Amino acid sequence: MDTPDAAERRRGELMAAAQAGDGAAYAALLRDCLPTIRAIARRRGLSPDRAEDAVQEVLLTIHRVRHTYDPSRPFSAWLRAITERRVIDALRRDGRRQAREVHDPIAMEAEPDGTPEPGDAIDAIRQMGQVRAALASLPPRQREAVEQIGLRGRSLAEAAEATGRTKVTLKVNLHRALKTLRTRIGGDADA
Amino acid sequence: MTSRSDADGLIEDLVTDLRPVRRLAPPWLRAAGWLLVVLAAAAVLSRFGDLHALVRRLAAEIDMQMALAGSTVTAVLATLAAFQLSLPDRSRAWALLPLPTAALWLGSSGMGCLDMWLQPGMAIGTISGAADDCMMLVVGISLPLSILLFLMLRRARPLRPGLVAGMGGLAAAAAAASLLWIVHPFETAASAVAVHVVAVLIVIGLARVAGSRALGG
Repeated sequence: MDTPDAAERRRGELMAAAQAGDGAAYAALLRDCLPTIRAIARRRGLSPDRAEDAVQEVLLTIHRVRHTYDPSRPFSAWLRAITERRVIDALRRDGRRQAREVHDPIAMEAEPDGTPEPGDAIDAIRQMGQVRAALASLPPRQREAVEQIGLRGRSLAEAAEATGRTKVTLKVNLHRALKTLRTRIGGDADA
Repeated sequence: MTSRSDADGLIEDLVTDLRPVRRLAPPWLRAAGWLLVVLAAAAVLSRFGDLHALVRRLAAEIDMQMALAGSTVTAVLATLAAFQLSLPDRSRAWALLPLPTAALWLGSSGMGCLDMWLQPGMAIGTISGAADDCMMLVVGISLPLSILLFLMLRRARPLRPGLVAGMGGLAAAAAAASLLWIVHPFETAASAVAVHVVAVLIVIGLARVAGSRALGG
């Protein structure tokens, strides 16, 4: 069992090795970070499911900004700052989403009905409205992945070129978007 | 425990995607790099400006001395703060660093403006003509400096793009205001100084909106 100082030093060394391209060190470090990230996410009040989303956001952010870590400074402060930032983002998104969901039914009722069979039309509109609302409520990056790959039928490589994001990021964003959409639209069917 | 495997799967993807990265230089060094460019711009502009006239004007007006000192020190401190804030683990308190000198700069500019308005017989046309040129100069000098600064700040992929953009805008506007003294074409420099405030706010506002998008992308 490492002392806190030794653990801190070891994480710093692993990150320095990861910056140099050492995959094994990187994998060990990221796995080592998971309990810390989860603990912060839950302490801040995210549900276990949302906490897992936040964990993935933090991992992606670590990957994107790994060049900013300075090995002469404590790794845990760097990790904590990134995690806090992403958890706050998740909490804000939750807040905005809840605010939108309150108003969505009103928006759907306001949709014009131009078809001769009112009952079917209302169902169709409701379903379309649900899909539109679910798509609109996705975080921008997840929505972008659905639009690029799901709707425009682009390959990962084409979408990566079009958006300037890496294939890994797009893959993760698409995966998470589909998971969210499945829960919101097809939740009953999965149950 | 599917959610756990999500994170593990992502770690495997990230490890596959791993490439060696070049660590960022310390923030003070990166700030110094940009300030050197500002210094080089000052050297170029000084070939076109009347430095003797500037020294004479500075010696005569305490407001101008304070405004020039304030804008120059604000440029240095805001640049350092912007580079610090672009890193994830630096305190937000860095944003407070340039505020006292910014207050000195903008305050003494306001005093210069007040003095001018109190002068008898000051023609409004002189003020508005000076204002237009002055505004164009501040924005014109700020723009290339801002673009360079934002490209440098973007390297850190800041987690607080709005704050970093605002600080970068302040740094660029303050540097432009300092450079402006070198080429200032007006006899009554104080008459145009107040316009700096408006121009600076425009630059910071633009930087906050456009810059935060660029830095957050």
